[in-house]
Amino acid sequence: MKQFKIAKKLAIFSALAGLILTISSCGNQAKKEREGFRTSGALAENAAERVYVKPGDYDEFYAFLSGGFSGQVSVYGLPSGRLFKVIPVFAVDAEKGWGFNEETKPMLETSYGFLPWDDSHHPELSQTNGETDGRWLFINGNNTPRIARIDLSTFETVEIIEIPNSGGNHASPFTTQNTEYVFAGTRFGVPYPQEDVAIKEYAKKFKGVLSFIKVDPETGSMNIAFQILMPAFDYDLSHAGKGKSDGWAFFSCYNSEQANTLLEVTASQKDKDFIAAINWKKAEEYLKAGKAHDTPAKYTHNVYDDGTQMATSTMKNSVKVLLPEECPGLVYFLPTPKSPHGVDVDPSGEYIVGNGKLSADMSVHSFTKMLSAIENNEIDTVLFGIPVLKYESVLAGIVKEAGLGPLHTEFDDKGNAYTSFFITSEVVKWKVGTWEILDRASTFYSIGHLMIPGGDTRKPNGKYLVAMNKITKDRFLPTGPEVNQSAQLYDISGDKMKLLLDFPTVGEPHYAQGIEAEKIVPNSRKIFKLEENEHPFKTLSEKDTKVVRDGNTVHVYMTSIRSHFAPDNIEGVKVGDDVYFHVTNLEQDYDVPHGFGMMGARNAELLIMPGQTETLLWKPQKQGVFPFYCTDFCSALHQEMQGYVRVSAKNSNVKLKWSLGE
Amino acid sequence: MIAASLMLLLLFVFPMWQITLLAPQYPNGLTMNLWIYKITGDIAAMNILNHYIGMAKITASEFKEFVYFPYVVVFLSLTGLVAAFSKKRSLILIWVIVVIVLGIAGIYDFYLWEYRYGHNLNPNAPIKITGMAYQPPLFGRKELLNFIAYSYPAFGGIAIGISIGLAGIAWILSIIKK
Repeated sequence: MKQFKIAKKLAIFSALAGLILTISSCGNQAKKEREGFRTSGALAENAAERVYVKPGDYDEFYAFLSGGFSGQVSVYGLPSGRLFKVIPVFAVDAEKGWGFNEETKPMLETSYGFLPWDDSHHPELSQTNGETDGRWLFINGNNTPRIARIDLSTFETVEIIEIPNSGGNHASPFTTQNTEYVFAGTRFGVPYPQEDVAIKEYAKKFKGVLSFIKVDPETGSMNIAFQILMPAFDYDLSHAGKGKSDGWAFFSCYNSEQANTLLEVTASQKDKDFIAAINWKKAEEYLKAGKAHDTPAKYTHNVYDDGTQMATSTMKNSVKVLLPEECPGLVYFLPTPKSPHGVDVDPSGEYIVGNGKLSADMSVHSFTKMLSAIENNEIDTVLFGIPVLKYESVLAGIVKEAGLGPLHTEFDDKGNAYTSFFITSEVVKWKVGTWEILDRASTFYSIGHLMIPGGDTRKPNGKYLVAMNKITKDRFLPTGPEVNQSAQLYDISGDKMKLLLDFPTVGEPHYAQGIEAEKIVPNSRKIFKLEENEHPFKTLSEKDTKVVRDGNTVHVYMTSIRSHFAPDNIEGVKVGDDVYFHVTNLEQDYDVPHGFGMMGARNAELLIMPGQTETLLWKPQKQGVFPFYCTDFCSALHQEMQGYVRVSAKNSNVKLKWSLGE
Repeated sequence: MIAASLMLLLLFVFPMWQITLLAPQYPNGLTMNLWIYKITGDIAAMNILNHYIGMAKITASEFKEFVYFPYVVVFLSLTGLVAAFSKKRSLILIWVIVVIVLGIAGIYDFYLWEYRYGHNLNPNAPIKITGMAYQPPLFGRKELLNFIAYSYPAFGGIAIGISIGLAGIAWILSIIKK
């Protein structure tokens, strides 16, 4: 009996305990799941080994991430996620004097004048035979339409061309497989030609322009070869055909409704928008046949010259425009559900993936079927003189219910595709051709773009995938209300994707490009040779240093070498002068830049690489003696690398004098 | 003997001696190559570093040797050929001895040159360390402040040695033959 009692007590006790455990585990369940959101996928020890690059060793890949609203490009190493450099492109950068020194100011000139900022979205590496070749990196300015070219031997922006007749240069810049062209589609319809009209006349007066920029195969120099005048849809993204589809360019678009207000509703009405297929080889024929209209357009072309080390800005006045209705066979529309964002072409060039961001399914078109639909005239309707091919005639397959909000797709070298899903915050791996879903991996949080080195070329390197996430929240130590965007590295070499690493990024990367380091390292410049310096204000030795007055303008021909400036005492400068310090860095050794900071200068520092000349404009406002100094820790006697400028009254008789060591 | 004579002409194609400076921030080192008629290598970088300790600037014009060394070498090469074709044993021996003596003189000259640069320091130099001289080693390895200096013959210098060896062998062979 007693035993029974004990048993009963035990039973009650254990039931109670069970209940408590169940309740508490319910609470734990939420906690666990929350933990899971933060850490799932990362097998910590293994991952650490995969991303560890030991001190002094090099990463296997360079990754070029756009800066988004920072306007720049940041350069990372993969798999370590280490930041190497931020390349100034569209935004001024006081650190490097970009847009502040006299040499680079013209780079940021536009038809609107000097612009200190833009929004950079899509980096694109130059290609040869459909593979990245490590020569140049192109990137778009989204806000005031421009395309920049970065030279990958110096990692410096060397050219920026403005795109006229465009607004919101988003579908840009994407390259053909031999970098014959980079192209650019306007996200916003704008009046064509630009004029003062009622916004309500959108459908009537507005147009959307696709621009094709010819790239010189030797020098990389850009020139707008032609524009195609399209209906005022919002051209969102683009990719060139490759392999069998070389010669074609594909642009996705939304707002085929041609709405001009509350687009989140009004531009999301139709079941299908379009991918525009452009036959650019045909365009070249029409161009040759004189079909293009020379149209007035003001836009700047800014070029940095490595010899003179100066940029020049030239205003262009005209652009050639092709009209689809006058050029049969130039443009076709492929109906694509629904408001497609990215349009991505697989490595073979056969499949054109429409990432319909408001659709539950993803439509993949076939290039072969597109050609036969054109040949057999399988046309649904004609819009603005452009044939719309039948959806069923061009469709290769559908990736069914892969996730919500597909944005971008890249490819590996094993016939798989990887699509980012913004709403469900994941990467989904699927098989090209069978459209079967193979794997999914969560991202933290809300992925936008993704990147596989070479993932949009004919030869992807399917080792790593970088997810660029739009939302960071709790991934890093908090830094107040504004936190960095977060990127994540996944190992995609096996069947299952594995999360390896989180790393914070600069600005808001939209797209990135990755490339094997060995394609870039051998060409990376270490110094500029003094004997190749053709700067008009260069000073090649200390005995040539001088100060020259020309009215109110004073030119200081200055040199810097460890650890002094020559001259370092200057007198005879007057209030109201324009003083130009032309500083030549006489060093010829790797990684010995000198900086130049002038007290009270209302611009920035100079940061002068070995063998280079840079110019700072200083407008002294007060009488007195003002110091300048080297800002880049150059040597054991860096702190001694300093000098003075004496500023006298406007009408003073102090003679112009300069010296060193007197 | 012909080979020994012609070997000396390699001095026009290769440097005689090489001095290498290693420091953590110079992972590839700084090298200076001494030829019979010029110096090459990272001379500018070395001069910039040397100015901190007040060492005189290393320039080709400081070396009178560069003017007459080439004549000496050509002369030796020609006389070596003469000795070879004359087939006189004594001439070969004299030639070998002359080359060895001149070689030793050259090394002594090199030592004096190193001593001069290492000790004649500008008294106003920014970095002065009492008792410190900066003479690089004549042969081998030596620590100089943050640098490790290495000094070894380069291919041209080795060619002189080979030349002497070959001529010596030629002399010995001529004895044996007899």
